[in-house]
Order: sequence, then structure tokens, then C-alpha cells
Amino acid sequence: MSTNASAPKLAAPVDILDQRTGVATFIKAFARKVFPDHWSFLLGEIALFSFIILLLTGTFLTLFFVPSSDLVTYTGPLAAMNGVEMSRAFASTLHLSFEVTGGLLMRQIHHWAALIFMAAIVTHMMRVFFTGAFRKPREINWVIGFTLMILGLAAGFSGYSLPDDVLSGNGLRITDGVVKSIPIIGSYLSYFIFGGEFPGTHIIPRLFTVHILLVPGLILALVGLHLFLVVLHKHTQYPGGGRTERNVVGYPIFPVYMAKQAGYFLIIFGVLALMGATLTINPVWNYGPYDPSPVSAGAQPDWYMLFLEGALRLTPGFLEVVIGGFTLSLNVLIPAVVVPGILFTTLALYPFVESWATGDKREHHLADRPRNAPVRTATGVSVLTAFMVLILAGSNDLIATHFHMSINAITWTFRILLFVLPVVTFMVTKRIALGLQRKDRELVLHGHESGKIVRFDTGEYIEVHQPLDEQERWIRVQHDPRRPIPLLPEHNERGVRRRGYRRDALRTRVSEFFYADRVEPVTPAEVAAAQAHGEHDALPAAGHAMAELTASKDGSSAG
Amino acid sequence: MSDESTEVGLPAEQHDLPHRFENPGLPPHHERLTDTDPRAAKRAERLIAALFGLSALGTIGAVAAFFVVPPEQTVASIRLSTLLLGLGLAVAFGAAGIAAIHWSKTLMNDREMVEERHPQASSAAAREQAAQVIADGVSDSGLSRRGALKGAMVTALALAPLGFAVPLIGGVGGDWNISKFRHTMWKKGTKLAHDPSGRTIKAADLTIGSAVHVIPDGLNDVPDMLEEKAKAMVLLIRLDPRTLKEAPDRKDWSYEGIVAYSKVCTHVGCPVALYEQRTHHLLCPCHQSTFDIADGAKVVFGPAKRPLPQLPITVDAEGYLVAQSDFHEPVGPSFWERLK
Repeated sequence: MSTNASAPKLAAPVDILDQRTGVATFIKAFARKVFPDHWSFLLGEIALFSFIILLLTGTFLTLFFVPSSDLVTYTGPLAAMNGVEMSRAFASTLHLSFEVTGGLLMRQIHHWAALIFMAAIVTHMMRVFFTGAFRKPREINWVIGFTLMILGLAAGFSGYSLPDDVLSGNGLRITDGVVKSIPIIGSYLSYFIFGGEFPGTHIIPRLFTVHILLVPGLILALVGLHLFLVVLHKHTQYPGGGRTERNVVGYPIFPVYMAKQAGYFLIIFGVLALMGATLTINPVWNYGPYDPSPVSAGAQPDWYMLFLEGALRLTPGFLEVVIGGFTLSLNVLIPAVVVPGILFTTLALYPFVESWATGDKREHHLADRPRNAPVRTATGVSVLTAFMVLILAGSNDLIATHFHMSINAITWTFRILLFVLPVVTFMVTKRIALGLQRKDRELVLHGHESGKIVRFDTGEYIEVHQPLDEQERWIRVQHDPRRPIPLLPEHNERGVRRRGYRRDALRTRVSEFFYADRVEPVTPAEVAAAQAHGEHDALPAAGHAMAELTASKDGSSAG
Repeated sequence: MSDESTEVGLPAEQHDLPHRFENPGLPPHHERLTDTDPRAAKRAERLIAALFGLSALGTIGAVAAFFVVPPEQTVASIRLSTLLLGLGLAVAFGAAGIAAIHWSKTLMNDREMVEERHPQASSAAAREQAAQVIADGVSDSGLSRRGALKGAMVTALALAPLGFAVPLIGGVGGDWNISKFRHTMWKKGTKLAHDPSGRTIKAADLTIGSAVHVIPDGLNDVPDMLEEKAKAMVLLIRLDPRTLKEAPDRKDWSYEGIVAYSKVCTHVGCPVALYEQRTHHLLCPCHQSTFDIADGAKVVFGPAKRPLPQLPITVDAEGYLVAQSDFHEPVGPSFWERLK
């Protein structure tokens, strides 16, 4: 190996590794790999780092927690619990909270990290959805991310139930009721889960295995795959000067992103430690060990389960029917199984639905500005609205007691809002997105209002408009115009009916739904026309072009 | 798609203009204060070093808290220990994190780099070669020519998991005897007892309007106590007999206005525990199903469909409340074969 005296040499550890693994090739390829910078790209990182913190604090907890339903009589520092019969799981939770130094801190960090883990996953999914970052080639990674969200729910649910307190026990009881509502196999599924009748002695150890082995193992594997695909695809970037579909602009992994990511991880750990130190969460010693009989009002599950709880509360009882002597509890089945089933299936398949409906099979690496995809943005907001209504419905008892309102009136209000509000927010969001696009057009055509009023010698007053610089203009004109797929005629020139016409017709209808109302980006010709006719005038020359360009149903024209 | 934008109708004289705006290229780079002023760079360096120092102090604080303030036998001492340990950790991690990010933002290079992308799909040549390799492999294995082999292989592999799944599924459900849902430990003559003390109850002890949480006498001695309690728990309420509406076939299920109803909600099984004396409504705190105790525990609001099952009661010779029999229907949430 002849080396130039002036060239830097591999440091000794890298040299040793390289001779055995060829790691230098890998370093050469990846150390200066570029990542684009934007705060919204960091939401997924919060999930990743919370997960690492969950593994660390969770390991601490397993050293002291005993996943057993055996009954013991409590003796310990907590006077209120002395002599109370409880499961070993609950007793060991009290032990690790009150007798292990730092145990309560780790439990609280663990619980907060779990809540933030789910919140980060959901907001990260929202970012990916609203910017269209799920489009080709990233559909597979969207499905992996979706699966991670489901696994996150499973991890949260199984962990929440482990301390075996009154609240989590009632959560399991509700789960048992939901499982029993499943037709034909429901009763057997309940036995499958609980190893016999509810509650039994098997559920705590089973949930423990699920919580510390199965689910985290799967999450770890899928996170690896998720990140591998991010590196393979290279990250999406927001539109801007110099950023194209064929490049990625940003800072290198080494050293900038290594420093930023390490710092970010430490800050998240610091914030979670602060929360664990100062904010009490799930004080199970106030609830007591599980007993089927007591229950407290105002008991809510962790936030990510609230929408299911809300759906259960809203669905009226008359939906339970008896068919041929068999009981079909649609009042439970619909809110707890069918609704989340439809919601999750749609979410998982959305990239494929949109690509089919819009006929868009190209690769996309530039993120959409949400306003440039009005129907997608409105759909997302609409689903989130329904989700929020269900979350509020899951807290209807708290709303009733805090605001001194009738629980029946609140429930009825939410029943109606669940159907009305998503439609309203869909329409409003779509209009806002189109309006913002029109504002973009106006700015590009006429520039910013400068606030300067000029009087001509003819006595005419005008306000001077400041033209956009090319960087700012580019952001507002860079997107491709999107139009509905035209429908080919049903019969070909020889009068023979075309195969696949019905499918095409359906597709055209869906594509019309996406793109019939649209505002197209400004072209250089339009700017030239606008400038030829003065800064702020309407555009007589472009008038007819405008009518074609902004063929929106409400008939209002841009500019 | 950008080619399609040529379709827009524009006056002919504007056709020499480009159809779309062109990407203006990267915006000009702006130097930071730390790039141009060495003193600012030095200040940033000192701040970063100070933050790392603060982080080390946080760690020392956390370790000191571990030894100096261990939790004693009181809740207050546990709070203090948790607080000090956690604050130490928060400073240790938070300050180091802020230091690292401040370093990257002020002192590390902030010139954006550009990396080319390539289409995800492989080159045409590579795809062709891959197709050939697959075709070679398939013909090598003889899979397409030997159909019987394929069928046999698929059958064997499809069956193989059964050897694993059958013992697993067979074992996890206990005895799979789902008829246990239908019975509780109440039977003729079982005394009603207070929950959780187990003290038996005399009819004369109950005043009108009172509600008592009840378990079967002897529950605390059975081995599967929690499973039995989850089904057998009852709410006992004494109403003014004049307000009580009773179905003709259930006239003798109550005793002098005292009625006993299952406490397991018929929706998804929560304990129905909130009784409002004035309206004689019973509310499930989980999903707000509301039952009218004066009218056969019928559902008046909420997601439940069926009334709470009633436990027929009477008094024995000594005046103790006892059950006449078990419930006449399964308690708790509905299940598929409930009525079979």
C-alpha cells in the first residue's frame, strides 16, 4: 500500500477494521451522504429516540417487575396498602416505585416516552401524508411505517396492562367484552387470550412476553428496514432553488448530522427525564390492585386508545341484534372492530389508492406543499377531525363534570358531529388550499404590496408592488399542474365496445374528484402579460387563458 | 408531465417564452457571524464547552442524589429522590444535547452539498440479466416441467406449521369450556354478603334508597375468587315498593322493594357502579350506559342493549337475604352463542 505523504491516512482502528471488513469503501460511500434539513423531518426521529429510551428504561424495569398473578399480602412502606391482597405484579410495581432508588423515575420516564413515541409516530405519519412523501418509490416504506404504528399501539396496550391495577384491569375487561362480540369465534378468542375465564392468571405473564419480547423485537426489525429504505431512497426534500427530483440538497452525515442527531437524542432524553422527574403519571398506588368490582369514574385510557373508547361510547345499543338465535353485538363490533379496521386499512392502502386514482406512476422526491394537493390535504384533515371527535367523545364524562353539562346531550352532540364535522372540514380545507394557491398566483403575477403609494403627474395614484425574487417565485410556481385523467370513448372508431371502459370511467370519476377543482401554477407567459399591462391591473390578454387554467367549479377566477 | 403543459392556450406571440419557469438554482450562501468574526467563533466555542461542563455537573448531581437522598419509608422522600435524580439526568442529557447542536450550527460547515439521485429501478441491462438469471434458475429446478413436484412441495409446506400451531392453540385456551360464561356461583340459598368484607346482610338493615355492593357468601374462600367475583358481583338496592315496576313473572324476585341486579355491564363488562338515588338510574362509568333500576334495569341511554340480569332473592328464616337461584341468563357482555 503506497501512500502519498501529504494525503491523510486511515486512523489505526479504521485501518484494522478495513483490512478485515473493507469498511473504508462503506465510509467513503456513506460518511458524506447528504440529508436535507427541515424541522418536520425530525418528527420520525422523536419516535426513534423515544423507542431507544423505552428500551433502556424498560430494561431497568424488567429487573424489578415480577409478571405474576399470584396473590400476595402487601407489606411495605405504603401504609394505605398494608395488609391488602394483591397480585405479585402489582406488589412488585409498588416495590420498584417506592423501594428502588430511581425506580419511580424510570417508570415515569418509560410511560411518558411511550405516550410521546405514539404521538411522534402519528405526527410523523401526518407529515408524510400531507407532503405526499408516501408516493412512489416510498409506498413500501409507508406500509412499514404504518405497521410500526400498529405495533406501537400493541406495545402501549400490553405495557399499560402490566401493573395489574384497577384501571388497567378494567381496560382488559373491556377488551374481553370486545373480543366476545366477534361473531362465531369470539368466546373462544377470549379463552385464547386469557387462558380460560377472565381474568385468570395467565394474562399478565402473556402480556409481559408480548410487551418485552415479541412486539419490541418486531419494532426493532421493522425500524431497521424503515431506515434502510430511507437511506436507499434518499430523503425527500421540500421544493426550493436548486432542489430537483434528481438531486438531494443538504448537509453531510459526518460530522453535521452525527452531531445534530446525537444532540437531538440527548435533548429528547433530557426532556423525558424532566417529565419523569416532575410530572406524575399513572400513580397505580392511588388506584389499588385489580378487583373486578370497583371502578372509578373519569377513567380514560392512554391517549392513543381514546378514539376506540370514544367510538364505543357513541354507538347506540339498538345495533345489537339476534339472528337465528345467535347474538351479533354490532353495538360493540362496529366501533371497536369495524371502524378501526376500515380506518387502518384505508390508511395502509392510501398511497396505492391515490396512485391508481390519479394515474401517477412517476417517482417523487420533492415533497408537495399541502396546498398543492387540496383533495389529499382535505381528506387528511377530514379523517383527523373524525379522530378528534372520537377522542373528545372518549372524554365525554370529563367534559360533563368539568362544564356541568348533560352527558346525554354531549353524547348526542358528538354522534352528530362525527358525521357532520368531517364533511365540513373537508370542504373548508379544500377551499383554503385552493385559496392559498390563488394567493400564490396573485403574488407571482403582481408581487408583494409595498405600502408605497405613488402619484403620477396625471394625478393617478397607484401602489407600488414589489416583484418576487426568483427564489421566492420558484417555490410558488415549481409544482406540476395536475389534471383529471381524460376518459377515452366507450366505443372505438369501428364502433366496438372497448374492454375496461367501466374501470376507466370509475377511475376518471375518482380522478375528477381529486383534480377537477384546481388552480394551475403561473407560467412565464402569464407573468409577461401581467407586467405588460401594469403592476396591478386585471389581465385582459390572459383573461381567456385564465378561464381555461382555473376551470374550477365555483367559477371564481384567480388573480 | 411537464411536456403536457404545452397544451395551455396562449397567444401565439408568447411562444418564444419558456412554458414553465426554470429552477433558479441554489440560493446564495450567507456567511454566519462565526464564519466572519473569529471572536464570535471563540464565544461559540466557550459556550459549547460550558454546556458540556454543565452536563457533567448534572451527572455528578444525579449520582450524588442517588447516594445522599435515597427514598425512605415515606411518599414525600420518594418524590424528592425522584425529582433530584431526574433533574440531574435532565441537565446531564439536555445540556450535552444543546451543546452538540449549537456546535453543529455555529462551528461546523453550513454549506449545503448536492448529491445526485438515480432512478430506483435498475438499468435495462441489469433487469434483462436478472430476468435471464431467474429463467435459468426456474428451468434448472425443473419447477415448470414437474408439476407434481410443485403440488407436493406446496402441500407439505402448507401443512408443516400445523405441527407447531395445534399444540400452541390447543394449550393456550385452558379447558376451552366456554359454557362457564353461563353460570355464576349463586345458587338457591346462597347468602348475600357485603363486598369486600363478606359480612352477610339482613333485609332489615337496608333503608329505602340505599345501595349495597354484594358478593356471594363464601366467595373469598373459593380458589378462583377473581373469576367468580367477575361474574357474581351484584348491586343490591332498596326502593320504595310503590315506585317499583315489576314484570308479572318476576313479582317474587324482589323482597319488600329490595332488588338485586348483576353489576356487570351488558355492554362490554365494566362494573356498573354509579347509582343515582333520586332517579333510580344506574350509570356505567366506562361508557355511560344507563339502566333504570325501578323498571327492570332497562337501558335508558348509552351503548348497552340489554337490561342487567336480575338475581331472584328472598329472605331465610333468620331474616338474611339469600338468592333463590342463579341468574336466569348469562351475565355480562353479549357473545355469539349467548342464547343457545
